[in-house]
Amino acid sequence: MTIVGLTGDEAVAYAVKQSKVDVVAAYPITPQTIMVERFSKYVADGEVQTEYVCVESEHSALSACVGASLTGARVFTATASQGLALMHEMLYIASGLRCPIVMGVANRALSAPINIHGDQSDMMGSRDSGWIQVYVENAQEAYDWTLQAFKLAEDGDVQLPVSVNLDGFILSHSMEGVDVLEDAVVSRFLQLRKPVFRLDPDKPITVGALCLTDYYYEFKRQQVEAMLQVPKVLDNVNREFGSFTGRNYGVLEAFGMEDAEAALLCLGSTAGTAKAVAKKLREQGKKVGVIKLWLYRPFPIEAVVAATKRLKALAVLDKAVSFGAPYGALCSDVISVLHAQHVRPHVFNVVYGLGGRDIEPSDIESVFEEALRIAETGAVKESVMFLGVRE
Amino acid sequence: MVVLKDLSTEELFASGHRLCAGCGEGIINRMTLKALRGPTIIVAATGCSEVATTIYPYTSWCLPWVHVAFENAAAVASGIEVAYKAMAKRGAWNKHVDVIAMAGDGGTYDIGIQALSGALERGHDFLYICLDNEAYMNTGIQRSGATPRGADTTTSPAGSVIPGKPEWKKDLISICAAHGIEYVATASPAYWNDYITKVRKGIEVNGPAVIDVLSPCPLGWRHDSALSIQLVRLAVETRYFPVYEVEKGKYKLNFTVPKPKPVEEFLKAQGRFAHLFKPTYRKDVIDEIQKNVDNNWNRIQKLSTQN
Amino acid sequence: MTAEEKKKGWKSLPMGAVVLEPGSSLKYKTGDWRAFRPVVDREKCVNCLICWICCPDAAIVRKEKWVEVNYDYCKGCGICAKECPKEAIKMTEEQK
Repeated sequence: MTIVGLTGDEAVAYAVKQSKVDVVAAYPITPQTIMVERFSKYVADGEVQTEYVCVESEHSALSACVGASLTGARVFTATASQGLALMHEMLYIASGLRCPIVMGVANRALSAPINIHGDQSDMMGSRDSGWIQVYVENAQEAYDWTLQAFKLAEDGDVQLPVSVNLDGFILSHSMEGVDVLEDAVVSRFLQLRKPVFRLDPDKPITVGALCLTDYYYEFKRQQVEAMLQVPKVLDNVNREFGSFTGRNYGVLEAFGMEDAEAALLCLGSTAGTAKAVAKKLREQGKKVGVIKLWLYRPFPIEAVVAATKRLKALAVLDKAVSFGAPYGALCSDVISVLHAQHVRPHVFNVVYGLGGRDIEPSDIESVFEEALRIAETGAVKESVMFLGVRE
Repeated sequence: MVVLKDLSTEELFASGHRLCAGCGEGIINRMTLKALRGPTIIVAATGCSEVATTIYPYTSWCLPWVHVAFENAAAVASGIEVAYKAMAKRGAWNKHVDVIAMAGDGGTYDIGIQALSGALERGHDFLYICLDNEAYMNTGIQRSGATPRGADTTTSPAGSVIPGKPEWKKDLISICAAHGIEYVATASPAYWNDYITKVRKGIEVNGPAVIDVLSPCPLGWRHDSALSIQLVRLAVETRYFPVYEVEKGKYKLNFTVPKPKPVEEFLKAQGRFAHLFKPTYRKDVIDEIQKNVDNNWNRIQKLSTQN
Repeated sequence: MTAEEKKKGWKSLPMGAVVLEPGSSLKYKTGDWRAFRPVVDREKCVNCLICWICCPDAAIVRKEKWVEVNYDYCKGCGICAKECPKEAIKMTEEQK
């Protein structure tokens, strides 16, 4: 076991270093910059053989990555916020052309107003782009999931790009002790990419043809199918990773859910705070739990239904706003899934942390208290709460 | 010196595409693929050629070809170029692959200029060919930065107050040359020897090379489809479109056109300039255009003699 | 015109809308676009190949001593007739 002090950004860069990535094309943006800077140093010191392209914009970053990926190479990029928004067009193209690109996203608020701090509005704004989306709680998970992401993306039944999301500044810039694998172990876990199709002068193909009304739909249906295959493939990836590391991942993590009556569901680093608060409350005899989704897209329907079956109240935390929508993105997904399955804890939405607004244990505690109150009375006062905003 | 009989009869750009009858891009695609030296990958931007030659499930391309988006041919080409370098490093590929990006003037002068500039600055080994029909033709003849002054397009129409596009054509060659790359050139498919030679030269450059080739458009320029080649010959013969190279910073006019025809002859032959002749003969605009042609020619000629 | 093949469904189509067959456009005959067809006078043709290099559709076929037109694809643009230095090609109206 080797523990290295790494920030979330550094942990991702470290994992990319070990993953024998052929091409990295990236553009810096706070708070992702450390990922690209650290990787540049690996390149300059000859620690990797990766071709590293300092492109002139995020749109070109993903464009270059798509080109590289289509040749059969293993490809990585990283961005955040405005950069992710700038490459928005390319996100759909990357998934439509079935490029198994892995992208680290240091989630940051979207302008305007301009804000460099962490919330999840950037990736939430691109949740329909056909990318597999994973959210991590800490630097260890950032490292572990980056490695697993390549294997998941490149699987023949999947062939979809994956974004590994980590909260801007909170995770990207916080140092933790990360248990890293040996290079040789990573090479055994992550073998050479075997592309399904590639741009090969010996086997000329045409990629990116115009599909008119008579063909477009079928290729979108193929993408839907690929998404549907993800849970099964991910299970195998998680199991294999677990056999190498003893760290067993899945689509979600449940804490205290065996007897919880009220729970909190969220993505990312806030789960860490939530678990600590839940632990304290459980010691007081309160039946509370935490559900942390690792996998957001495809949405793990069965697992969420199973985890919430016995709940009376559920607080879904959204670190982003979906303007004009009845609930935040995550809460909308949860509610629609529970509705379809006739599982009915009382659900309320808590929007929090916008623009990096800090969320403290006391804030989380108030959410649990509200959930417990609803579990007892069955009365939801506010379906959407804005936690932490000054009125 | 290219001898037609020595060119391969293999048509790597196959018939059955749906480009307009008489389309310059069809001619240019064919000529381009006669100049290859080995394994080649084509990267295309969204445009007439891309759309009309790859309507699923049909493709006219007999070599690896990829289209990603409108503004990023140069960025995609960059990614492909480095990927092959990376794969060669780990022994997965042992032949050199030439990468050729092909984009219209829309995807080059305007929306694509950023990606092109970035790729040139980074020095990727690829050839970038701009199929220059002087407007966004595929979307219905809207003006681009490459549209000449006075041309009637749907977004710079010849109206009762404004006689066509007010602005002058952007100088792409100077922009590319300013990046310090080894080879930049213009070409016209009427001079197939010159064009095919230049394509090969661009491929052989170790680093970025750019060719801006004038592409006649019967629909957008409004002329009889049979006149496509004649028109892009006239473009050169009037000095409207100087054919020259900038090789390692040295300018060279490939056709010195010692007895230039008046640019009016070029303008008169196309419907996109018809409003300069009828109902009113716009001597003011035509004179302006001639002056600009002369000044531009003199500028290039001066640069050519400064070597 | 190509015969309409029964279109495949998403399960059997290749992944990602990739066209695996190079030059498959040869199945799409554009010859019926024509209003006029080029006719080559073999007596006048000197096999200079200018028409061949200028054809946007690769519809001029090189033979040993002259050229022929591939009417499956020729769109009748007329460039070959215009560019021929020997006026060996004449555009004639398509028969109804």
